[in-house]
Amino acid sequence: MDTKISINGAIKIVQADADTPMLWVLRDDLKMTGTKFGCGMALCGACTIHLDGAPARSCVTTLSAVGERAVTTIEGGSGPIFEAVKKSWIDVDVVQCGYCQPGQLMAATALLTINKAPSDQQIDEAMSGNLCRCGTYQRVRLAIHAASKLLTNN
Amino acid sequence: MKKRTFLLTAIAATGALIVGWGVMPARQRLMGSSPLPLTKGDIALNGWIKLSPDGSVGLIMPRSEMGQGIHTGLAMLVAEELDCSMSQIQILPAPIDKIYGNVAGLAEGVPFRPEDQGAVARTTRWTMVKVMREMGFMMTGGSASIKDLWFPLREAAAMTKASLVNAIALDWKVAPADIKVSDGIFSAEGSKKMSYGDAVTKFGAQLKPAEKYELKNAAAFTVIGKPLKRLESSEKINAKAAFGIDAVVPGMVYAAVKMAPQLRGKSTQIDASSAEKMRGVKKVLQFTGSQDATGGVAVIAEHYWLAKKALEAVKITWDVSETNSLSTAQGVNAMNAALDADTGFGFYKAGDVDAAMSSAASRIKAEYAAPNLAHAPLEPMNCTVEFKDGKATVWVATQVPDFARNAAAKVLGIEPEAVTVNVAYLGGGFGRRLEIDAIAAAASIAKQMPGQAVQMIWSREEDMKHDFYRPAAVSRFEAGLDTKGDVVAWRNVSAGQNIVPQYMARNAGLPMGGPDKTSSEGAFDQAYEFPNVRVGHAAVDLSTPIGFWRGVGHSHQAFFKESFIDECAVAAKSDPYQYRMNLLKNHPRHRAVLELAATKAGWATPLAPTPDGIKKARGIALHESFGSIIVQVAEVSVTKEGAIRVHRVVCAVDCGLAVNPNLIAQQMESAVVFGLSAALYGRIDIEKGVVQQSNYHDYTILRFNETPTVETHIVPSSLPPEGIGEPGLPPIAPAVGNALFALTGKRLRNLPLTLV
Repeated sequence: MDTKISINGAIKIVQADADTPMLWVLRDDLKMTGTKFGCGMALCGACTIHLDGAPARSCVTTLSAVGERAVTTIEGGSGPIFEAVKKSWIDVDVVQCGYCQPGQLMAATALLTINKAPSDQQIDEAMSGNLCRCGTYQRVRLAIHAASKLLTNN
Repeated sequence: MKKRTFLLTAIAATGALIVGWGVMPARQRLMGSSPLPLTKGDIALNGWIKLSPDGSVGLIMPRSEMGQGIHTGLAMLVAEELDCSMSQIQILPAPIDKIYGNVAGLAEGVPFRPEDQGAVARTTRWTMVKVMREMGFMMTGGSASIKDLWFPLREAAAMTKASLVNAIALDWKVAPADIKVSDGIFSAEGSKKMSYGDAVTKFGAQLKPAEKYELKNAAAFTVIGKPLKRLESSEKINAKAAFGIDAVVPGMVYAAVKMAPQLRGKSTQIDASSAEKMRGVKKVLQFTGSQDATGGVAVIAEHYWLAKKALEAVKITWDVSETNSLSTAQGVNAMNAALDADTGFGFYKAGDVDAAMSSAASRIKAEYAAPNLAHAPLEPMNCTVEFKDGKATVWVATQVPDFARNAAAKVLGIEPEAVTVNVAYLGGGFGRRLEIDAIAAAASIAKQMPGQAVQMIWSREEDMKHDFYRPAAVSRFEAGLDTKGDVVAWRNVSAGQNIVPQYMARNAGLPMGGPDKTSSEGAFDQAYEFPNVRVGHAAVDLSTPIGFWRGVGHSHQAFFKESFIDECAVAAKSDPYQYRMNLLKNHPRHRAVLELAATKAGWATPLAPTPDGIKKARGIALHESFGSIIVQVAEVSVTKEGAIRVHRVVCAVDCGLAVNPNLIAQQMESAVVFGLSAALYGRIDIEKGVVQQSNYHDYTILRFNETPTVETHIVPSSLPPEGIGEPGLPPIAPAVGNALFALTGKRLRNLPLTLV
């Protein structure tokens, strides 16, 4: 069965079953491998995407649940918030193995979209669902603050 | 595409060269036997560096990037000796060749204390180096990549640069010594200038490997020592980096797998009649687990989700007889029985511990324990194999590409040379990807799907339940103190499974016995100056599949030893920092690290409570591992509910010469978080052969809101660089445990630490 979805501003038609998690629609049907599989139970955040700008765990969000909402993935993230976040990630040198980082970046951009100057506690609340086995949390926090500075100074 | 080998015959061993401690002479590692992929116009004067007419410098990279930043660290060694810019360097895949073997990592496996330079220790180390050079294990692990390649890679770069200098000097009619190289440009007086790219274009195949070349003095370093950022960050944040699971092969199908619930179990019979009728399903098959691993059932389908759904419809009969009785309790009983029965293999003995113990003014005793742990890297086990026309191609995130190649070849019944291994970025390694079980499983599946690339992906649950776990351990201590509280006798025996025999048998087909240093490391090889001492380890034979883990032996032995030292300090009514200083009178490096940590942490100053008024306390721990000495001071509080909070960790580091202080700080931050996950939460429990944990909800990893501020302070050093990926982990658990004692008066002797 054909299903139409909006991904990164383009309409795609996929044949996946309605109960297929968006994670596998992206990775397997569309070969968009930027979104990562970590746990399959919304426990680690590696698969974070945006649905109409809000963060969602694509491993537990089925194709049918997405409906007409606009999907944004790490491949399609653009605009001033994404740019500020990516620049800060490089400046702070956040990345280690990098596997969780697409999810971290998606969660951080979603946070900065609704709150341009988050406090440490607000960062904790927004980011604690994103696991990093390499332990980059401290630098992720610094990078979010740095991105916030870029966004609020401009 | 013209290919040529870089096997060159005449490399004279001349020139000023200092060869490091026991690592094979670097020059013997310059030349290999496998062809490098050279395109027209490329030049390779050794097996490590390829120069192209466009000015790019290819670094042939035999080490896996798993987060530790090794691609950046090794590129710095090359940029330094080539005098080129970091941006010229491109990381290229290495063929499988002995020259790329990790000699230093394996040479460290011999059971001698670091300062032991006696004839037996020296001979054993020398033999180990020789053997490892011959075997050439291309392994990324043991915190050894920089120290292993510190000489060979700089040699390769220095030789390459000198070869170009010679050719240019001849052309310009100047002496080679009059040519300067900076930022990738060769120059001489009279405004003569030439880039690497131009030199390659101009001299091409006429270039002769230089016979004389010198390594720079540390004083001349312009790249080494700088806190440079990682090379691959942009790739990784822009979804351009391919991890193992990101391999996309045309026509590829997917395998979802279910393994026997019991460790080492297998499937005996399947009823796939319903599953085979499901949409997209191509095949339902059984695969055998490689040695020590678990076998199971795979569903192959056009899409992973279809395979996963169909897998639930397969009716499977399991044979679980082998480990049906295996349990965590059985393991603990076996370890205690071993400790009751004897004193284990004596890894370190000095003085007369029995006499000193019996004449001591006072004695204290304690028993410590640590559980099995999973690796739980965020990228679950996966492997893609295409078996076609008697040849195989493997895409995998691995720390051991040559073991991977051999494993696939063995399963497929072909020669290793018929297997090509493409090493992807690793979504975490930590020792899990030193194992070939997932590669053997994928090859077994691909063998039943000839001509078809198959990507096998494990669920998180399969990954958690079929790991090779950090060994559990029990450790007993007895210390004899004199009237001043100084240790006059130290007796310590630990018990647990030996890793090396299991690991080498299943991954390299090598039978190995004898004492296994990795089980006792961190207990027997530490610097404390005890006049009378015996440290032993009792090997316990259990069927729990165990393997290397970040820090391995050190990860629990440091907790045992540094907690018990703290107990001695308490018994002596001494300050834990000062007590350690007194035990290290003849170890100035250790004292310097202790002092730096104490100063930066404000050890002697009062500690303010948390913003909500809860009392905090500090704990200190020192540990030496992989050649590096680390001291950590942890600031800890306990919530009203009894939850342990770690606020700040100060790390002081002596890792020899600091090649990249930024990467060192990253590894401290990483090791502290990884170590805290284990210290506060980590445990794998086994009942009737079944691992009870399954995903991140019951195998908890430290989260954002629980992460302390981590500070790194480096002791300047001109000694050769030592390990950094693992040494930051061992001290964190005891630093926290010691802080908890200072705070609550409760001595926690079991991991994970818990107050409730």
